[in-house]
Amino acid sequence: MDILIAGVGGQGIILASRALASAAVTAGLAVRTAETIGMAQREGSVVSHVRLGVQEAGPLIPYGAADILLALEPAEACRNLKYLRPGGKALVSTAPVIPVLAALGSSPYPLEDILAYLQSNLSGCRCLDALALAREAGSPRTLNLVMLGALVNFGLPFPADVLLAEALKLLPASVHEMNRRAFELGRRALEV
Amino acid sequence: MPVLLMGNEAIARGAIEAGIRVATSYPGTPASEIMTALMHFGPEAGVYTEWSVNEKVAVEIAAGAAYAGARALVSMKQMGLNVAADAVMSLAYIGVKGGLVLVVADDPGPHSSQTEQDTRLFARFAKLPVLDPSCPREAYEMTKYAFKLSETLNLPVIVRPTTRVSHACQEVEVGTIPPRPPVPGFVKDPRWVIMPSLAARQHVWLNKQQERARAEFAASPFNAVQLEGPVGVIAGGPSYFYVTEALERLDVKLSLLKIGTPYPLPEELVREFLTRMERVLIVEEQEPVVEDQVIRLAWRNRLPVELSGKHDGYLPREGEFNVDRVAAALARFLKLEQENPAPGLPALPPLPARPPLFCAGCPHRGSFYAFKQAARDQEVIFTGDIGCYTLGAAPPLAAMDTCLCMGASLGLAQGLARVQPGTRLVAFIGDSTFFHAGLPPLVNAVHQQTPLVVVVLDNETTAMTGHQSHPGLATGTGQRAVDIARVARACGVETVLTADPLDLEATMAVARQALAAPGPALVILRHPCPQITKPATRYRVNADACTGCRTCIDELGCPALVPADGSVMINSTCTGCGLCAKICPAAAMEEVV
Repeated sequence: MDILIAGVGGQGIILASRALASAAVTAGLAVRTAETIGMAQREGSVVSHVRLGVQEAGPLIPYGAADILLALEPAEACRNLKYLRPGGKALVSTAPVIPVLAALGSSPYPLEDILAYLQSNLSGCRCLDALALAREAGSPRTLNLVMLGALVNFGLPFPADVLLAEALKLLPASVHEMNRRAFELGRRALEV
Repeated sequence: MPVLLMGNEAIARGAIEAGIRVATSYPGTPASEIMTALMHFGPEAGVYTEWSVNEKVAVEIAAGAAYAGARALVSMKQMGLNVAADAVMSLAYIGVKGGLVLVVADDPGPHSSQTEQDTRLFARFAKLPVLDPSCPREAYEMTKYAFKLSETLNLPVIVRPTTRVSHACQEVEVGTIPPRPPVPGFVKDPRWVIMPSLAARQHVWLNKQQERARAEFAASPFNAVQLEGPVGVIAGGPSYFYVTEALERLDVKLSLLKIGTPYPLPEELVREFLTRMERVLIVEEQEPVVEDQVIRLAWRNRLPVELSGKHDGYLPREGEFNVDRVAAALARFLKLEQENPAPGLPALPPLPARPPLFCAGCPHRGSFYAFKQAARDQEVIFTGDIGCYTLGAAPPLAAMDTCLCMGASLGLAQGLARVQPGTRLVAFIGDSTFFHAGLPPLVNAVHQQTPLVVVVLDNETTAMTGHQSHPGLATGTGQRAVDIARVARACGVETVLTADPLDLEATMAVARQALAAPGPALVILRHPCPQITKPATRYRVNADACTGCRTCIDELGCPALVPADGSVMINSTCTGCGLCAKICPAAAMEEVV
């Protein structure tokens, strides 16, 4: 299973990809990830490639091959649609992160068009106001855990509690309760 | 039970299992986490670790340990090897006693570098064996083996991961940490004193070691042959897996030679492979290091094989590879029609550009803003350097006119000053970079009395690479912080000033004072990076007071400031630096109590 995680530097994407990968290792699966670390982490576009259950493969998901696109930001979802396989699923947080160039007016950010595009062109797309749920959990910074919680409804090769446990291992104990809430809110938001 | 390790952590683990005593490094993406992991796990295993002042010093310290027979590791990014080159080139002639491994991480793309230079080519230039891991697990195994090889050959050995190994994670079955033998100790011997006569002898020895290394690699498990007919691929590094995936996608089987030891090339193994081939495509990122050696080998052996790769344009020398790029090259090589795997979706709506920029609350924003304001009526050039503050070149601050390499802000400024006497030169350099490469050009400016304002942007960390320590800080036991102001004064800088860059008035005052100083002046703008401190407060906009003039957005370009219905909103990334409140003409920003 190939999962591409897309978003903006600072949203906790590396934590999300590590948690997924660790949970998969716990479940006895072979894993490859590729992360964006370095300059782009400063408010730039970032992606993590997460490949679960692969053996003779590199860390990068080819174009048109991802089973799931997990997007923590709507414009970044669109930017990375090329990775999604035909019939693949997308889970998108609808809250935009307005880049400075858009705030300055030198770059467009047509949020309505972007959301409409995702809804009308991807049958397997689920949109979620993850920022509102993160705030409800206690902090906008728990948005990544909201999204991981929602993702478990897409059928992962390990149980939800294993994923949550691996994510919490990567966080200081002082924020465990808040992130547990965020994960649970995300999980329930998309529960069928 | 295997554990999930990032490539850099796998390298660190391999080094600890190999019994290193000393590990040194200077931070640089994508190599930084090797030392971070060693600092985490090393002390328990009795490993001395340090962030050295720069890569040259790091190599020399590790070499010193290896002279005494201890195993040592030094890690850096590809351009760090340029800084260390003087030591590395001579060290190849002198050799080592204990195993010395240089892990040099390359960054094809580039993602976070000024160049796409290929360390395998550097290894060939330095006449040092190099190992090219294809994945984190192999990086772990290669690192362990590299120490044995180093001691067999008495040569430093280079392990060259790329970004997609260093910053990739994989499950790795790790071994145990065996007890280490005692350090034999340094034995005084003329062999350690390089003189022209010794260099002449050692050059003959070094050339012989190339053939010994080649022989060692002939039976290396890091090279592997799979025969499937007379058309084949030679690949190494992560490209090996791009090839296996691309072949699967194209649904063809080809003969495959995996090369994990690109220099010196195990010629017998390759020759044997080539004799069975009619056509071969060589797939390697960056420079045609393997390809050139294969062409020479085929020519010298008069092998009737057609060799393709970079020289005939199947693959580029620039940029990073992936499955799609390799599949396209393979399809062309095999004259196959390739299906477009991307989903046929309608044209996307316009998407916002999202380049990296200063975080909310970054003190560099205040530094650049204040200096631009203070120098508004003067002819100035702002030379810049390597670090987070390079992002000061981006709009709206646009406060950096040059960036070349570590420390070049000071050197370039001195050259510009010599030919543009009417222009005021301001060199911006970070605290860690100042120690790394800023001291010799500072001494030079004082010695030559070149008028120049050096601005040390001191955020009390090496931020861009993940917040590592540096000589200006005492973060470890037994360390002493080197005071930048005292260093500058001791070098003979007469105007040395300090301010907090989030105090705009004070910063503009010291900027004006420094710009008026006759000789070299040095300004330290000190405020800790907001990524390593807890925000004390935050701000919000009083929408009734806000006139919607957008001064805050247009002048500061802070990601926390977002336009909202003719007004401005401050989002949750605010760290309370207060710059927007200080420049708001309507005093519309309020501190959240």
